[in-house]
Amino acid sequence: MTNSWTDIKNTDLVIVMGGNAAEAHPCGFKWVTEAKAHRGAKLIVVDPRYTRTAAVSDYYAPIRPGTDIAWLMGMIRWMIENDKVHWEYVRNFTNAAFIVQDGFGWSDGLFSGYDPEKRDYDRSTWDYVIGEDGFAEVDMTLEHPRCVWQLLKRHVDVYTPEFVENICGTPVENYLHIAEMIGETSAPDKTMTSMYALGWTQHSKGSQNIRGMAMLQLILGNIGMAGGGMNALRGHSNIQGLTDMGLMSNLLTGYLSMPTEREVDYPTYMSTRNFKPLRPGQTSYWQNYSKFMVSFMKAMYGDAAQAENDWGYHWLPKLDVPNYDILRMFELMNDGHVNLYFCQGFNPLLAFPNRGKLTSALSKLKLLVTIDPLETETSRFWENHGEFNDVDTASIQTEVIQLPSTCFAEDDGSLTNSGRWLQWHWKAATPPGQAKLDTWIMSQIFVRVRELYRKEGGSVPDPILNLSWDYADEGDPTPEELAREVNGRALTAVYDSTDPTKVVVEAGKQVVNFSQLRDDGSTMCGCWIYSGCWNEDGNNMARRDNEDPSGMGVYPNWTWSWPLNRRTLYNRASADMEGRPWDPTRPIIEWNGERWVGSDVPDISPTARPQDVGPFIMNPEGTSRLFSRGMMRDGPFPTHMEPFESPMQNVFNAEMRGNPVARVFEADVADLGTSDEFPYVGTSYRLTEHFHYWTKHNRVNSVLQPEFFVELSVQLAEEKGIQNGGWVRVWNKRGSVKAKAVVTKRIKPLICDGKPVHVVGVPLHWGFTGNAKKGYGPNSLTVFIGDANIETPESKAFLVNIEPSEEPVA
Amino acid sequence: MNIDLSRRGFLKLAGAGVVATSLGSMGFGEAEAQELAQIRPYKLATLNETRNTCPYCSVACGIIMYTKGDVHQGQADLIHVEGDVDHPTNRGTLCPKGSALKDFVTSDTRLTEPKIRRPGSDSFEPISWEDALDRIARAIKDDRDENMVQFNEAGVPVNRWTTAGFLAASATTNETAWATFKVVKGMGIAGFDNQARV
Repeated sequence: MTNSWTDIKNTDLVIVMGGNAAEAHPCGFKWVTEAKAHRGAKLIVVDPRYTRTAAVSDYYAPIRPGTDIAWLMGMIRWMIENDKVHWEYVRNFTNAAFIVQDGFGWSDGLFSGYDPEKRDYDRSTWDYVIGEDGFAEVDMTLEHPRCVWQLLKRHVDVYTPEFVENICGTPVENYLHIAEMIGETSAPDKTMTSMYALGWTQHSKGSQNIRGMAMLQLILGNIGMAGGGMNALRGHSNIQGLTDMGLMSNLLTGYLSMPTEREVDYPTYMSTRNFKPLRPGQTSYWQNYSKFMVSFMKAMYGDAAQAENDWGYHWLPKLDVPNYDILRMFELMNDGHVNLYFCQGFNPLLAFPNRGKLTSALSKLKLLVTIDPLETETSRFWENHGEFNDVDTASIQTEVIQLPSTCFAEDDGSLTNSGRWLQWHWKAATPPGQAKLDTWIMSQIFVRVRELYRKEGGSVPDPILNLSWDYADEGDPTPEELAREVNGRALTAVYDSTDPTKVVVEAGKQVVNFSQLRDDGSTMCGCWIYSGCWNEDGNNMARRDNEDPSGMGVYPNWTWSWPLNRRTLYNRASADMEGRPWDPTRPIIEWNGERWVGSDVPDISPTARPQDVGPFIMNPEGTSRLFSRGMMRDGPFPTHMEPFESPMQNVFNAEMRGNPVARVFEADVADLGTSDEFPYVGTSYRLTEHFHYWTKHNRVNSVLQPEFFVELSVQLAEEKGIQNGGWVRVWNKRGSVKAKAVVTKRIKPLICDGKPVHVVGVPLHWGFTGNAKKGYGPNSLTVFIGDANIETPESKAFLVNIEPSEEPVA
Repeated sequence: MNIDLSRRGFLKLAGAGVVATSLGSMGFGEAEAQELAQIRPYKLATLNETRNTCPYCSVACGIIMYTKGDVHQGQADLIHVEGDVDHPTNRGTLCPKGSALKDFVTSDTRLTEPKIRRPGSDSFEPISWEDALDRIARAIKDDRDENMVQFNEAGVPVNRWTTAGFLAASATTNETAWATFKVVKGMGIAGFDNQARV
């Protein structure tokens, strides 16, 4: 989230699209209710189903799963056509004025540079024209035919309301009504907030869905504003934190990136990360990359990381492919190329697509280790549960070690919520039986492996032997020790960058925040964006002052927010070119002639004059990007793409299936179905009574929602002879599930391309362990293809068939 | 940190003071005062309160956990969970999931001992922590030694281990995440992922 949960009360208009906050984030959604009740805010919901969020909305419109880009590009078109544009914001705070190279273009659904063999674009022309002065060329009148604004206008021109209706199934009159509502927030003193979740991410072009809304929000001037922003409602309590901490194949901590093998040494790695400003006087904060990177490597390897050995750069693994993400790992596993697999608090057998393939892959491992407080289907993938897990146990040669871990009630530490607040919590209860802390388990494994390398030597022992493990009890580091490492400290005295005689941090002291980090080896810091969480003031994540002096839901002294305790990202953009708040009744920060002051930590140098430095200081442009240059694999603008399994051809290009640059494994092609055989659109979602596959272990939640069901429309039920409450079978080429049918008016057939499209809803909370009745998840049916940029699987749009059936045999 | 003087504790103390002074000023006799003193205090008032946050979605509602016994003394049983009224986001409210949190902590299917399933077997059997951890460490060492890609074809050191993979959690703390990150990246595991995608 760019903003916080409590900031939502400041909004004028909420759009929930790609999410269902009332059910999946109920207590956060109360801030929408607050805005409606006390500010007169309106709520728009766009969803294939009439959800409980829709039930309290002011306006609802349906949409076919997987067509959000067309819907959003049409909205941008309407805003431009009807002059619902925050012009001063667009001109100065976005890259609308930047001139793009001549080679860039779009036709037949594809951008310039497409290579069908490689399934990839040559992105070299998707960039700005750089002038002789080394800066990007701009035309502040926005008239230049090659400026981003003019290219965007041409790009969205095809997305008329009728065109959108034809693809999305959203009736034109609903669409225009919503456009009018959204258009009002182009006024400088009106804001809209976008609240989305996995309804947008779980598509083969999920990143482009989100970009589409971000672009709309920029055109309306709603980013950086109180009650505005792009608010990703993260699904789990610390998935924001795990991502911030870089627990991913292609990341290091704080969004530093993993080296690839093309980056043959540290200078080469750094050569593409210097991020020089593209406009005169801009900040381009990533210029500090090397300070964060060296401090990170000092945190990893301690004294062993020295300038002479490039700070241990070669000890980091180097990638030969963009990502060893989970889909790739299961693909490799299924081909017999993976021997050991660890699942820490993760139940992939129910979470990832194409369960049949997952079972087959797990069966080829030598050793599976699960670390979890609860039984999981993954740890028992080898156990036969009749139709619910029909495996040949004796033939599965995988050894499984199941380790019991503690849960939240039994440990101390911080979790990062969706609004980037790091909130410390305290253990209350003793763990059951022999259950152990995850930190203990990881440390015990590490010290044993290190001991084996010490005794026996082996392959590449240095990164293990040199890994910094400086804890009072090496086998059991405390959360306090770990949190202090994450914040970072001075290893030797740190001097003022402008006055080398002045010490700013004494050796051994915690740094105040990342501004004190250095790239000369004098500082260490586990995760630069979290620096400030535990400095010499103590554990800022444990602060519990719930005063809100501005009355705007800032709560500046409640726990700690990254970065630098800033609560609203890009808040410089809440003020105009002179530094005056766009809406004087909802100021966040303003320029007082000498510095930025206000209720939040400014998202800019406090003394940077408003006319000089752009608000988006992480970008070398100083502006946000309507045109994302070559940074996304599937285009600098979002363009309509159908899901890989769709009832409709791509209207731009009948040859194009799904996202033309999404990675598709050869083995999965045969499993893709067409609408001749599987005419209905399946989609997946959560229910408010359950959390993923955890709460089926609870008696209370199992009573509230005891058994697996699917939802379908009255019309489809009539067509197929399906009774409400009767058993149905839902299947495609990848799998088959049996469920009780909920025949509902909440799902209605859509008309797309002149034909009815029926949606079948599949909730995701059942398996074969726990207290609830045995059932299935949607992942028996979903597609093993991920988003082209970040590999989130396309679990929100797939094809199925449905028929009445008998009860499954357990 | 448990709360030094909790909200409920404060009310309890304040309440006791009011009762004592009122009794005296209103002229109650010794017998009545004795009787009042014998009334069983609220159950919750005898429990320890600890602040935590809900582990489900990312709203991260504040909760108060009530335990019998002191966790720092080695035994504390969870009795009750309720919303934290001091928390700015949820202000004491909880959803149907958060309201049933106690059942999650105390569910029958919580794991209580390490177990191993041998190849081809149809059941788990108990294994000691020592044996389980030694076995895992040995498997890591052997596979890493055998399959570590030290250099690529161009001779660049790549130190990449792709025959092992690690999926990290979605509800562990940042501190656990940091320890896990160090161990997994430190060993050279390339196939490292978390639940951000699902």
